[in-house]
Amino acid sequence: MTVSGLLSVGLLAQIVQAILVLALAPALTGLVRLLKARLQGRRGASLVQPYRDLACLLRKDVVIAENASWLFQAIPYIVFTMIWFAAVLVPTFTTVLLLGPTADLIALVAFLGSVRFFMALAGMDTGTSFGGLGASREVMIGSLAEPAVLMVIFTVALVAHSTSLIDVAEYLTGTDVGIRVSLLMALLAMVMVAIAENARIPVDNPTTHLELTMVHEAMILEYSGRHLALIEAAAMVKLLLYISLILCMFVPFGIGTRADGFAGIGLGLVVYLGKLMGGAVILAVFESSIAKMRVFRVGEFLGGALLLGVLAMIYLYISWAV
Amino acid sequence: MTFPETLASWLRHDMGLIPVERHRPWSRFEVSEAQWWRLMEAMEVSRWSLLGLWAEPERVYLALRDDTDEDIAVVSLLCSEGRFPAVSVVRPAAQRLERAIHDLFGLEAVGLTDSRPWLDHGVWKGSRPLAAVPGPAVRRSYAFLPVEGEGLHQIPVGPVHAGIIEPGHFRFHANGEAVVRLEERLGYVHKGIEGLMQGRSVFDAARLAARISGDSTVAYGFAFARAVEAALGFEAPPRAVWLRALMAEMERLANHLGDIGSICNDAAFPVLLTRCHALREQVARTAVACFGHRLMMDRIVPGGVAVDLTPDGAERIRRLGTEIKGAFAIVMEIYDNRNSLLDRMVGTGVIGSHLVHRFGAGGFVGRAAMRDFDARRTPSYPPYDDLDFIVPVLEGGDVNARVGVRREEIKESLKLMAVILDRLPEGPVLEPVPGTGGEGMALVEGFRGEILVWVRLAADGTILRCHARDPSWFQWPLLEAAIEGNIVADFPLCNKSFNCSYSGHDL
Repeated sequence: MTVSGLLSVGLLAQIVQAILVLALAPALTGLVRLLKARLQGRRGASLVQPYRDLACLLRKDVVIAENASWLFQAIPYIVFTMIWFAAVLVPTFTTVLLLGPTADLIALVAFLGSVRFFMALAGMDTGTSFGGLGASREVMIGSLAEPAVLMVIFTVALVAHSTSLIDVAEYLTGTDVGIRVSLLMALLAMVMVAIAENARIPVDNPTTHLELTMVHEAMILEYSGRHLALIEAAAMVKLLLYISLILCMFVPFGIGTRADGFAGIGLGLVVYLGKLMGGAVILAVFESSIAKMRVFRVGEFLGGALLLGVLAMIYLYISWAV
Repeated sequence: MTFPETLASWLRHDMGLIPVERHRPWSRFEVSEAQWWRLMEAMEVSRWSLLGLWAEPERVYLALRDDTDEDIAVVSLLCSEGRFPAVSVVRPAAQRLERAIHDLFGLEAVGLTDSRPWLDHGVWKGSRPLAAVPGPAVRRSYAFLPVEGEGLHQIPVGPVHAGIIEPGHFRFHANGEAVVRLEERLGYVHKGIEGLMQGRSVFDAARLAARISGDSTVAYGFAFARAVEAALGFEAPPRAVWLRALMAEMERLANHLGDIGSICNDAAFPVLLTRCHALREQVARTAVACFGHRLMMDRIVPGGVAVDLTPDGAERIRRLGTEIKGAFAIVMEIYDNRNSLLDRMVGTGVIGSHLVHRFGAGGFVGRAAMRDFDARRTPSYPPYDDLDFIVPVLEGGDVNARVGVRREEIKESLKLMAVILDRLPEGPVLEPVPGTGGEGMALVEGFRGEILVWVRLAADGTILRCHARDPSWFQWPLLEAAIEGNIVADFPLCNKSFNCSYSGHDL
């Protein structure tokens, strides 16, 4: 492909991806819910239900606490935009993306960290005890998860010699990397972090009605109407983002690269959808087979992720030394 | 003072009291204020546990059970000046009962350390509604017990909760996640049952009693019917007696199944919730097929039972028993083999055996912490006096032990249901009760613990006074103790493992 051809394909792919992540995210959440319901012996709601929920919330009036500041109203928009933008950057079905060069892993972590910062602010803004409780737990989880993420990124970056997601994906698909112990450990660490970051069992329970056990839900208890819709949508996109990120960093096989042409990119889309469904199945089975841990066990859980990340790096150096 | 002998001999011989007439099946002794004081001194050094404390406009009643010889006695005191010496000084479990008596009757417990209202939240149209002369409405603010220290903060929870549960307020003082103090505030579902009962026929009142706490409707109906029958000196026909027990065991089975599922769900393990609730649903469907009501509400009436078992009922219940036995074994196998689940259950919400005994907590709360008491065995009542069953007692005192007691009771209830069906006598199920007066009391084991119902009937057979004491009165205070040293996030799990009744407590 020529440079201008590449640019126009990149632009097209970028637009498709931006729409795709937004359109697919509720279906992914719906799929996980449906699978979990089936595993519990329930019929479950259809895949369309999350779309209906969002549409319903968008139509509803917003109720705002009297003592809420402007931040409280601005944050849903900020959070949704940032998460969406982050999801747009992560290569899903192709690496030929206009914004590809900006898809830097460290920038992505900074992005997600800022989202957490804003969410915690929103939780504390109304001054309710649940908001503060949720915010404090969220920040605790975040402070434990981020070091682990950085270790994973360093490991992957050392293997691929770049922190750019495109380079990582192309390196892994292009060369015969083989099975590396350190990459496997980094994958495990990343999955553990993703579980914590997306408020899934065993760290948080996305379906609970118990205010006192909530983390993510406690922060957003005061939100309603379109604000809540935006935050819910952001959470759905975030789940998709993390699964895509893991796919891109560790199992990018099948992703459409520059060398594959249009057909390859089209195939990449099909492969991506398949992988996403696989991710949903694994998540649903895992969540159904384990109970939630005590809040303070989260430290051990994410400490384990950090340890795996560090070990992954050490093994990498050892394997080079040998 | 020496250790007093048994309750009955102490009252009769040491105090020289003669029981009043027509109080059945246990004696009632009318005492003077000086004798009430002496009784309290004796309680301080005795093993007489509190069964209940209730009032009439000018009289208080105290029911005690002697743990050594399992005898029960009621003591009453005429409060001519609107005061009585507080029982809570020697039995802390009486504290909330005394606060409730003050709210309803205006009788003051002298020596009660906590003078805040309990049931009266200052929104009633008047005050002391059941007193001889009701008072005007009083608006008061409610001060929670203070907690001082650096970094402490309050978390108010309820009375409206995110889930579909009953209303109650929980005030946490916490330091980060660690709970420093939990204080309950109840009374949001006060319905004025005691006032509504007055002047009604026993059959109308039985319908009210069955609605005191919906999940224990059979047990309440059973206890009320037994209290009325005791007052009238009437025995229900044998078939009715056995059918009552059959319903009571089905209710126990259904509630324990539901509880175990809900406890697991609070540890975010919904697989067992759906399985257990499906089993509970099977019990409810069998109940509607056999007795015409899913909860078997209003099936037990004074005089017997309102409906006989349907012709195919016995077969249905036998089949239900077999199905549940197998399915429940699978549920408990999953429970036992899930380390992440057991990690949440074991060691969470521990209450010491001494507290359980001190508060006289019954049911699974007491039995999970070594308090070996079940009203079906002592004082026992027909047909349980003729049945063999095991009362499981564990020593952990934690959430896991409370689940453990329930699972053993489920097995026992299944066995009992089969035995009852085998031995079910033929004959009528309902006989007319005589319309005379008297006082009666009954103690019936519901799924939460022993329910006490006391009635006083007028000569025309209507209710003069009726008091129902839910087992939760003596379990709620222990929840405050159970959460001590735990973290805020574990409270729902502890709470569900207690599963106290709000409605039965608030009356």
